[in-house]
Amino acid sequence: MRRIISILLENEPGALSRVVGLFSQRGYNIETLNVAATDDPTLSRLTLTTKGDDLRIQQITKQLNKLVDVVKLVDLTEGAHIERDLMLIKVRASGTAREEIKRTTDIFRGQIVDVGPNVYTIQLTGTSDKLDSFVRAMAGFDILEVVRSGVAGISRGEKVLSL
Amino acid sequence: MIARALEDEGVEYIFGYPGGAVLHIYDALFKDCRVPHILVRHEQAATHAADGYARATGKPGVVLVTSGPGATNAITGIATAYMDSIPMVVISGQVQTHLIGEDAFQETDMVGISRPIVKHSFMVRRTEDIPAIIKKAFFIASSGRPGPVVIDVPKDLTRPDATFEYHYPDSVKMRSYAPAQRGHTGQIKKAARMLLGAKRPVIYSGGGVVQGEGSELLTQLARELNFPVTNTLMGLGGFPGSDRQFLGMLGMHGFFEANMAMHHSDCILAVGARFDDRVTNTVSKFCPGAKIIHIDVDPASISKTVMADIPIVGPVQSVLSELLAQLADLRSKDPGLPDADALGRWWGQIEEWRQAQGLMTGRRYGDSDMIMPQQVIESLYRVTGGNAYVTSDVGQHQMFAAQYYPFDKPRRWINSGGLGTMGFGLPAAMGVQLAFRDMQVACVTGEGSIQMNIQELSTCTQYNLPVKIINLRNNYLGMVKQWQDMQYEGRYAMSTYEDSLPDFVKLAEAFGHVGMVVEKLEDLDRAMAEAFAMKDRLVFLDIFVDPKEHVYPMHVAPNGSMKDMWLSKNERT
Repeated sequence: MRRIISILLENEPGALSRVVGLFSQRGYNIETLNVAATDDPTLSRLTLTTKGDDLRIQQITKQLNKLVDVVKLVDLTEGAHIERDLMLIKVRASGTAREEIKRTTDIFRGQIVDVGPNVYTIQLTGTSDKLDSFVRAMAGFDILEVVRSGVAGISRGEKVLSL
Repeated sequence: MIARALEDEGVEYIFGYPGGAVLHIYDALFKDCRVPHILVRHEQAATHAADGYARATGKPGVVLVTSGPGATNAITGIATAYMDSIPMVVISGQVQTHLIGEDAFQETDMVGISRPIVKHSFMVRRTEDIPAIIKKAFFIASSGRPGPVVIDVPKDLTRPDATFEYHYPDSVKMRSYAPAQRGHTGQIKKAARMLLGAKRPVIYSGGGVVQGEGSELLTQLARELNFPVTNTLMGLGGFPGSDRQFLGMLGMHGFFEANMAMHHSDCILAVGARFDDRVTNTVSKFCPGAKIIHIDVDPASISKTVMADIPIVGPVQSVLSELLAQLADLRSKDPGLPDADALGRWWGQIEEWRQAQGLMTGRRYGDSDMIMPQQVIESLYRVTGGNAYVTSDVGQHQMFAAQYYPFDKPRRWINSGGLGTMGFGLPAAMGVQLAFRDMQVACVTGEGSIQMNIQELSTCTQYNLPVKIINLRNNYLGMVKQWQDMQYEGRYAMSTYEDSLPDFVKLAEAFGHVGMVVEKLEDLDRAMAEAFAMKDRLVFLDIFVDPKEHVYPMHVAPNGSMKDMWLSKNERT
């Protein structure tokens, strides 16, 4: 099962490599990874998605918790949560394709953020599923480049991941 | 600053080797530091010596090495300590800050290279941080589940002309590191009830009991309940080896009665052990009828390979003392617990196994016109009265020592269990001998392992370390040969070197030590006694043993369970 694990990490050099290293060292997979500083400059927030059965996920969270640089973590998929992935996608857009691409982008509530005589660059945010669907919807066109930020996530309601 | 912090930390010995990046530190040690430094002949030996010291004393071992090759040479020893959860602080030099990343002379990314094999690591960025980092390093290394901590120090941050206000902190507070202080009372109560209801219980205790100073409480618990106890390779000495309730080591080369009892048990109390593959054999077939109570300070060790029915996270000492109190409480209400009849039948069954196939009672090794390796360990036990500190290398000799030298006290058996590091024994023995100058220290080894750190004979000369090296010489890499016998139809690929072995007697003498060869059984005890009588000399006993001998029992693998064992070359359960 796909899980979204969100971590408060000491904002120290090398902290990220400890997290990433743990995954390769123990044979776990990282599907997406997103990390940036928080409002507290001493802390980074790292969100990653991974797959595995309950036992494996339990082992992953335990091993992560053992890392001294990991201050706190939460498996967001255990409760209601919001996940967002950001995608920038550049497609060839000329002739009749221009109109069709624009329409599809609107349907997905994406934005065309850069326009050239022959290309569009589209920005789209949402769950990973939604972005996947958009890429599929674009399959008939000439996709030149895809960039995704990886999932960032947060719990719904009052629940917070903080010190 | 480093020298002073190590003094303030109460460090007894620094094991190390100088080099460019640490010369400022060495100069400070030389000028005014009360902590003696032990100069090894290879950095790997520094880590093993510090490790041996730590295992014998319970205090963190301290290592100081230079950058680049000094640091990389230390890696094997750090990994060894990591796998066996041994507290250690390794200070490595680094090239000057402005050179980092430029492939400077003797530069290596020590924090990066050591990352998967340390509990934590620090890269010093400001000189004034050094005391606090050292304090944190010792705290992390020795608390919770212990382990090695690396401190990488760029040379420019140790410049003697830069002066800073020095303050060594009294305590450490880290928001991201809080090892469990005690177990969950509800879980402990559940465990106590389960134990008292057990009809075929076994206590399975590991290195955590030794490292966590839980031996006395564990022994008390086992005696009060009259439960049988088995130890892992790392846990030997955690329960008195010569006690009637002790079933011997369990696992791949465990005692028949220990493995049988585990397999047929209905309740296993696992304490400071981690169900590793050398214990469980095939996990899916592991102890099918047993409920499992698992006490460990590291939550990640629980339900990692074998699911625990009652997990208890906490230090063994506090959990065991609370468990004892709960047991006493429950038994005061119902003195009939545990069921004495059921326990009597269980002990009857265990005695049957023991009499039939026990290494100490039933089964004996075969006869030979050569000395049997087991006889060497038995002789060592007789001559030292079972009181020696015994270090070992890795291979058949290690298993024979674990089987035939019953350890009555914790911290006496010192071996590389997790990583299985050949070359560990001699340097580890140096660390032990330094910690306990007046004790008998034996290094049980083989001619393969001893040659991996043979250069340390020179360190032993320099510091007058009267270690007794018991070399079980069979002219083969014995354990490799055993597997080749059993699985590769006796094709000894690269496991023999008979024609190129050194004359170990001359070699020992070349370093100023005593060397002796023993070839006949009738000479064995006398030679052993003579060696130990030379209290201030290192003696290298080169003992020719039967190369045909295998270590038994041995788990049948793959797909075997705990009870599936080879008992000899042609008998299996």
